[in-house]
Amino acid sequence: MSGHSNRIEKPGFGLLIDHTKPLSFTFDGKLFNGFNGDTIASALYGSQQVLLSRSFKYHRPRGALTMNGLDANTLVQVADEPNVRADLHPVAAGIAVKSINHLGSLQRDAFSVMDYFSRFLPVGFYYKTFFRPAGIWKYFERPIRIMAGLGTLDPRADHKYYDKAYLFTDVLVVGGGSAGLEAAIAAAETGAETLLIDENSQLGGSLLYGRVSDSREAADTLRTRLVAKARGLEKLTILTSTVVSGLFSDGWAAAIGGNRLYKIRARQTIVAAGSFDQPLVFRNNDRPGILFATAAQRLMRLYGVRPGNRAVIATSNTFGYEAALDLLDAGTEVAAVIDLGTTSGPTVDAVRSRGVRIVTGSTLVDAKGYLRVESVGVAAITGQGKTAAATDWITCDCVLISVGCSPALNLASHAGAKVIFDDAIQMHRAVSPPEGIALAGAAAGVWSPARVAAHAKATGSAAARLAAGEPGSEPPDADDPTAAAITHPYPIFKSGKGKEFIDFDEDLTIKDIINSVKDGYDDIQLVKRYSTAGLGPSQGRHANLNTIRIVGAVTGKPLAAIGTTTFRPPLVPEKFAHMAGRAFEPVRLTSMHHRHQELGAQFMTAGLWLRPAYYGSKDDAARTIDDEVRAVRTAAGLIDVSTLGGLDIRGPDAAAFIDRMYTWAYEKQPVGRARYTLMTDMSGVVIDDGVACRFAPNHYYVTATTSAVDQVYRAMTWSNVQWKMDVDVANVTAAYSAMNLAGPKARAIVQTLTTDIDFSKDAFPYMGVRTGTLAGIPVRVLRVGFVGEAGYEIHCPAGYGEALWDILMTAGKPHGLKPFGVEAQRILRLEKGHIIVGQDTDGLTNPIEAGMDWALAKKKPFYIGKRSIELQAAKGITRKLVGFAVTDSASPVPKDCHLIIRDGEIVGRVTSVVKSATLGKVIGLAYLPPTMTDAGQRFEIRVDGGAMVPAEVVPTPFYDPQNARQDI
Amino acid sequence: MKIVNCPLNGPRNISEFVWGGEVKPMPDPAKATDREWTEYLFLEENLAGDITEWWLHAPTNYWFIARRNTITDQFLETMTYDAFLARQPLASAVIPSGEAEPAAKPVTGGGDTGATSA
Repeated sequence: MSGHSNRIEKPGFGLLIDHTKPLSFTFDGKLFNGFNGDTIASALYGSQQVLLSRSFKYHRPRGALTMNGLDANTLVQVADEPNVRADLHPVAAGIAVKSINHLGSLQRDAFSVMDYFSRFLPVGFYYKTFFRPAGIWKYFERPIRIMAGLGTLDPRADHKYYDKAYLFTDVLVVGGGSAGLEAAIAAAETGAETLLIDENSQLGGSLLYGRVSDSREAADTLRTRLVAKARGLEKLTILTSTVVSGLFSDGWAAAIGGNRLYKIRARQTIVAAGSFDQPLVFRNNDRPGILFATAAQRLMRLYGVRPGNRAVIATSNTFGYEAALDLLDAGTEVAAVIDLGTTSGPTVDAVRSRGVRIVTGSTLVDAKGYLRVESVGVAAITGQGKTAAATDWITCDCVLISVGCSPALNLASHAGAKVIFDDAIQMHRAVSPPEGIALAGAAAGVWSPARVAAHAKATGSAAARLAAGEPGSEPPDADDPTAAAITHPYPIFKSGKGKEFIDFDEDLTIKDIINSVKDGYDDIQLVKRYSTAGLGPSQGRHANLNTIRIVGAVTGKPLAAIGTTTFRPPLVPEKFAHMAGRAFEPVRLTSMHHRHQELGAQFMTAGLWLRPAYYGSKDDAARTIDDEVRAVRTAAGLIDVSTLGGLDIRGPDAAAFIDRMYTWAYEKQPVGRARYTLMTDMSGVVIDDGVACRFAPNHYYVTATTSAVDQVYRAMTWSNVQWKMDVDVANVTAAYSAMNLAGPKARAIVQTLTTDIDFSKDAFPYMGVRTGTLAGIPVRVLRVGFVGEAGYEIHCPAGYGEALWDILMTAGKPHGLKPFGVEAQRILRLEKGHIIVGQDTDGLTNPIEAGMDWALAKKKPFYIGKRSIELQAAKGITRKLVGFAVTDSASPVPKDCHLIIRDGEIVGRVTSVVKSATLGKVIGLAYLPPTMTDAGQRFEIRVDGGAMVPAEVVPTPFYDPQNARQDI
Repeated sequence: MKIVNCPLNGPRNISEFVWGGEVKPMPDPAKATDREWTEYLFLEENLAGDITEWWLHAPTNYWFIARRNTITDQFLETMTYDAFLARQPLASAVIPSGEAEPAAKPVTGGGDTGATSA
């Protein structure tokens, strides 16, 4: 164990820790002790390890500032988890904690030389320093990235369990301090389902560690009473150790608790998030041991840790004096209270009566000590931001700061409240919050205990009434004259040389903010972006107000006119793991999925579906796919096409409706026949294709591609909302399984089965469609051929899919039937020159370019896209989809999207390409300029690595150009 | 997350909805000039203020009309297309010219206008 214990062994201290349960852990490899209930930072502080980290830019030693997870000084690494806030993270036996952002040890960081080079790191130095000469940045980037990084990511770290929960409530109260508790109790008692969320493990907020009217007992009694009452209310749900990180529209809130992201919908939200302490800005105000008075109080009251042996307090309000009383009670000597003003009242008298030296009208101007503060210089204040020379040096090992607060308005601002600066209290205030948002407590500018209670109760019951739909009442009066005595108007004191820190995260000093304004960035939004003030993990909680004050002082503008930077969610760091949660990835499986698995299928995704790519080992993919192709060409193959979209279109206007939706003509299509369908959008771009099967005069069954069916369905219903045709469109994709039995033996196979459909060639010709039963299963049979062989696409209710698959596989076995996957189908269809919409077309392809002019009805007065296609036809096209073959069999095989180059210019692009075993060559489809589309035209494709592969235009279909085989 | 009040399904999370673009009358494709037609296709009002849009409740595939303010990011009201037509008789119902049938049925503003406040 390092150092001697710093623990307070007295009642009233160490509320959260269990002295009977000691535990040990390591920090930078050294063993430390703590207690159950400690945070990492409190356990380390309790063992005299005040130094926690090195600062971002200058690598200055830093210690705890807020003890509440609000600053970046306490960022550490715990095992494989970076950016852990040591003052929030509970310590656990055996954990390995590491400090970050240093070279060598935390005590002796070699990068700390940066502190001496600060004149070479002026504000905006990224913009100023590395952009000239051109290219210089690439030499500096790596060393800068190494120096600037915080923490270490382990790419092999396990994805731990994270999840999400959805909560619904009438009233959400953010913050469980006295205001939040009062508001939540009032809301629940008024009858609202109420949810109270607090970031700490225990409710009470400042009542956990602070005083009420000088009295620690009064605070404790009030807390006990409020918490007991809250816990006893059935309508009040309480979440602790959970932080609300964003408020969004319509009462939507995000909260993080442990490994869970809560998404909350509330009718009314009350923000009672308290306030943020503001630093005193003076030379070396960042030395470890200098911390907010509330942080010292948290150390003492929550964790039983003495902040030091001899303390100096710098304050401008009674809170600083209250902290002095706490220090005295804990056994820490209080060397002096340095009062920036002349605070008076019973608290001051109580401190004075205990023999503490009080220096008024003065401030701290300097601190000595490196790894921990050793003494502070005190000087009289002579004007705004001005002091006499330091005459008095006081030895101390901790300094408590209490010079003002900034209300926690972030959440109200997320929700749309306007933030203004209120000169009367020298603090910001939220005005005109949107409907459903109210503020209470310090966040609302209400501070005195009696007013907090009355105001919060009124706010809580009003929210409950509004949530119940009752008329709202006048908002309670938030005017509190005591608020004016809290925040010092200008606690910023520049020294001749040295660094006075405004922003501890980003290592920004008074000079940096002044220089930002001098560089011309005088608007607060620009100052923020140029200087990076408030961009660190603390998000400006401690930097924003002082930055505004300095900009005000330099520009001479009143603070109210300067405005403030915009608060944006999240309020606290959120992990990607929180957003990912349990990483649900929905997958759709066809009815025959388990049969594919049994057959050894390798699956690929198609939209949300899993489809067999091929059946066999990955090691032997190419041969397996060729075998599947050969089976289809020579015997028969069976492919699961259940993922194809299916739409039932019924009604007297069915044919007329399809006529408008698709480019071809359907009114005269005979019953029992299928016809190709091509869909374009209003601008004439090809968006889908399929077939329309007419089963009855008033009933069509239209297929659509796997990925486009939802869009097609939406387009159809959108159109008919306006057209009001007498037609009903139903998306029956999931209701049907489908399989395509293709190959010269296809008819022989179906004819072995019991059926009421006449499968003979004459009775059921190519492009015929039939309904009936096959082996007792109700089916819709389409004699269509995507793969260019005789075949049947058989659709049946999804519940029969697996049974029908089994029946066909069994019946086909003697005929050499093989199942085939999407890879073989891609080759088979390309051998026939059939396009796949979305692969061989892009977001601009019109039917003429795609060579589909034959599918455009000329006489129809209207179809979607007609006007645009006519316009493009008149204008002329700039490219055309053609078939090609690679002419040199020794060439590398091009891939999809490889470019066609002529005279150094891109003139086209390959859309599909395969090595066809059937044809013994590499074939594909490509876009070429219209001047290059004649058969035999030669061109070159640039493949991976830059080699040029010779190819020539070939008419399609490549295979069976007379289309004889599909008709047998 | 915003809530959208679907005329068919009531208030639902906006993640269940798909934006369908501004409501804009289609010019008669047989009569429009090339410029009129391409402006219809590619130009939007993109107004800062109250606009009227198509929205789809995706799980039920239900199209409706929403009035929205793009400055305050508020849904002002939602309504069925019929209710919208009843209110704006001049809105073209995409009837291509030269086609005798089927004409849009006249929309009667009955007791149920189908409109719901947002």
